[in-house]
Amino acid sequence: MRNKMVLFEVVRTALTIAIALLLGYLILIFATDDPNTAFKWFIYGPISRLRRFVELLNRATPLIFTGLAVSIVFQAEIFNIGAEGQLFFGAVAATFAALYFPQIPFLHVIIVLIFAMAAGGLWAAVPAYMKAKWNASELVSSLMMNYVAFYLGLYIINYHMRDVNAGFLVSYKFPRTAWLPRLLRRYNLYPGIFIALGFAILVWFFLYRTKYGYELRMVGKNKEFARFSGIKVENVIIYSQIISGMVAGLAGAVEIMGLYKRFVWQMTPGYGFDGIIVALLARNNPLAVIPAAFLVAYMRTGALIMGRMTGIAPEIVMMLQAIIILLITAEAFLSFWKKRIIEKAAMEQEEKK
Amino acid sequence: MKAIEMIDIVKVYPNGIVANKGVNFEVEEGEIHALVGENGAGKTTLMKILFGIEQPTSGEIRIFEKEVHIHSPHDAIAKGIGMVHQHFMLVPSFTVAENIVLGMEPKKGFSIDMDEAVKIVEEASKRYGLEVPPTERVLDLPVGIKQRIEILKALVRGAKILILDEPTAVLTPQETEELFVALKNLAKKGMTIIFISHKLKEVKEISDRVTVLRDGKTMGTFLTKDVSEEDISRLMVGRDVELVIERPEPKPGKIVLEVKNLNYFREDGVQVLKNVSFALREGEILGVAGVEGNGQRELVEILTGLRFGAIGSVRLLGEEILGYDAYTLRRKKIAHIPEDRVEKGAALKASIAENLISDRYYKEPFSKRLLLFPRKVIEYAKKAIKDFSIKTDSPLTPVGMLSGGNMQKVVVAREFTAGAKLLIADQPTRGIDVGSTEFVRKELIKVRDEGVAVLLVSADLQEILQLSDRIIVMYKGEIVGYFDKNEGLTEEELGYYMLGVKRHDENKIKEAFAL
Ligand SMILES: Nc1ncnc2c1ncn2[C@@H]1O[C@H](COP(=O)(O)OP(=O)(O)OP(=O)(O)O)[C@@H](O)[C@H]1O
Ligand SMILES: [Mg+2]
Repeated sequence: MRNKMVLFEVVRTALTIAIALLLGYLILIFATDDPNTAFKWFIYGPISRLRRFVELLNRATPLIFTGLAVSIVFQAEIFNIGAEGQLFFGAVAATFAALYFPQIPFLHVIIVLIFAMAAGGLWAAVPAYMKAKWNASELVSSLMMNYVAFYLGLYIINYHMRDVNAGFLVSYKFPRTAWLPRLLRRYNLYPGIFIALGFAILVWFFLYRTKYGYELRMVGKNKEFARFSGIKVENVIIYSQIISGMVAGLAGAVEIMGLYKRFVWQMTPGYGFDGIIVALLARNNPLAVIPAAFLVAYMRTGALIMGRMTGIAPEIVMMLQAIIILLITAEAFLSFWKKRIIEKAAMEQEEKK
Repeated sequence: MKAIEMIDIVKVYPNGIVANKGVNFEVEEGEIHALVGENGAGKTTLMKILFGIEQPTSGEIRIFEKEVHIHSPHDAIAKGIGMVHQHFMLVPSFTVAENIVLGMEPKKGFSIDMDEAVKIVEEASKRYGLEVPPTERVLDLPVGIKQRIEILKALVRGAKILILDEPTAVLTPQETEELFVALKNLAKKGMTIIFISHKLKEVKEISDRVTVLRDGKTMGTFLTKDVSEEDISRLMVGRDVELVIERPEPKPGKIVLEVKNLNYFREDGVQVLKNVSFALREGEILGVAGVEGNGQRELVEILTGLRFGAIGSVRLLGEEILGYDAYTLRRKKIAHIPEDRVEKGAALKASIAENLISDRYYKEPFSKRLLLFPRKVIEYAKKAIKDFSIKTDSPLTPVGMLSGGNMQKVVVAREFTAGAKLLIADQPTRGIDVGSTEFVRKELIKVRDEGVAVLLVSADLQEILQLSDRIIVMYKGEIVGYFDKNEGLTEEELGYYMLGVKRHDENKIKEAFAL
């Protein structure tokens, strides 16, 4: 029975993606004279060369972090959607630590990561505290904090750490000791993806194998019940947001340490909001965040490659993405089929008795 | 004529549970038909199918000998079926008349014709012998009246078949009597009534025939006068059930709980507790009798750290604890079976196992330092499921998928095993079947004899009389009666105190505190 349900979910997801792709193909027919080539690059592009596959991995990395961060707060039924600001501010703090801390190999990287986590956690703590103290809606205050992070961060970077010799608005280049080094000579593969996978397991472990994770989930499932049982609900509301912020803080830091080796953003990268999509697809399960982040990253990468090869605007993919998310999160899709599986299995079991 | 025929009804829920396994159920027009069975036997499911809330997986339904398909409650109402749910579905801030005509309001232009609404209600009220105050707000009315409103609501919609799911669980004996008179009257007028209850005495008293369900199957339909309470419970449970519970003499020890001059004002300024004082020793059960809504709920919440702002003194083993939160009080070994299992007592979306450890997850063997050990939790849950005969196929089942009574058992299982010094049991057997009620009551006596101090709050007088060593009665936030033992006390006598008709003098009431 359980196996059948897993099979059902797998088949359903596959079918969903197939339907979305079909729709995507239809859209391409209208967008270009040669939909076959465009479609081929979209589907096959990310795995056509090792370089492109690495591109896919690197794109999935920050999405895993933010997907995890959002999953944590969503499991506690807290709608802190400040991952964007947390990762932005985390990246700023990482830049600071990378530029001004002693350049001790290995240790420096750790310090930079810790700074990013601390900054992200601090950023998330503000709405958390305002919620616990004044019952201010975390949805609103976390969103506001995104703007504060953005403008404050840019100010700090542009006025205090800007590399005037570079042609763009970027920070000084990080010293080597603060880099996440390349792993392959010819490809831009850096250890970010492994750190992200490690964190997925860590977050899963936290949620399902520690007592704080248990508290967090119970608060999410029924706050009154948690309070009644003797769980300090206010504490949970605060620490779940801080932990989430710490994970989000890493998303930005890891990317700049690995890919750019300096702070490069003049716009927020949008990973925080992508994280909401990833968490939705993964139903807030930290392990499911991995394939969910890959799916989103795959579509993005495929679209970019298609754009590069054929000149079709990658924005088309946004439509596909929306369709896939709608179908995957729509419980009712194919539910009649699910019902029939269950009924058949249950009746068979009854007869055996 | 047959009012209802449900033939070979099978219901498989989306989680694979087969709640009805080929149920056959027939009701004659104009009879009062009781539907009984253990928790999880499938009674509510069968009635939800009849009322169109759930769809059967297979089977046939005939209403007044015509085959029908009932797709929604709306459909059911159109076919003359009305249902009164166990939890009332009234709008508290509306008047009685507004509630009754809700969704079918007589219009005057664009607004509701209130005079007409009141007239409809008064007429129906007279015709069916169900008295209600049409212009009063539902908010402040006693439960007995609220129930009549629910019944009238179904009747003015043209119900010829009335389903009542555990209607007496919250009533005083007097209110139950009144309800029964009204129901008998309705039946005489040709109304068909289905009555679900776990109280077999009532089943005997009110019904013409009774159908017993067990494990989703019909065990048979009988003329009520041909079967005894014992027969019925044997059919339900499959074994003999002791309806009378042994209560050995209590051996009270030192004082555990002292409540003195407790006063509490609700947010809206109404005083809901007035100078409440009583004491409770280890090894005894103090019963708190009263109609719901006379301050018991607030009292319990204050004692368990879920409500703050009360004035007075509460001591636990000599220590002042008034104003402490649930976190602290749980650690001081107060356990609590709450009145509301859905809102407080359980997390419906969490598994049975997760629900069972919510007050002890941080202790060994479930946890050590930071870590939680799910395997230990599941092992433990399996044992509790067996010990408390919770009907489920896995400790990982979400509690929300259990039947009402089985949810209650999860809550009871947790609180009985909490190792408490003080157990506050608020309606501990509400909605659970005879077998489980027997079990819970025996368990209450057992923990009492192990030295736990038990505060038993219940609207079920039989329960209060059966279990309590001493009894206080609450009425409008005050203790109006105190009985230092309950020999010879009858339900009727207690009922008078509960309704505020009788009260003890000051000195007698003071004895509740002075041990
Ligand atoms: N919504 C649901 N989803 C899944 N299973 C359900 C659902 N509602 C009830 N069940 C299951 O169906 C079975 C029958 O439940 P039902 O509520 O009909 O019992 P009942 O006879 O009314 O019991 P009680 O006396 O405890 O109210 C139970 O095993 C229960 O766990
Ligand atoms: Mg029921």
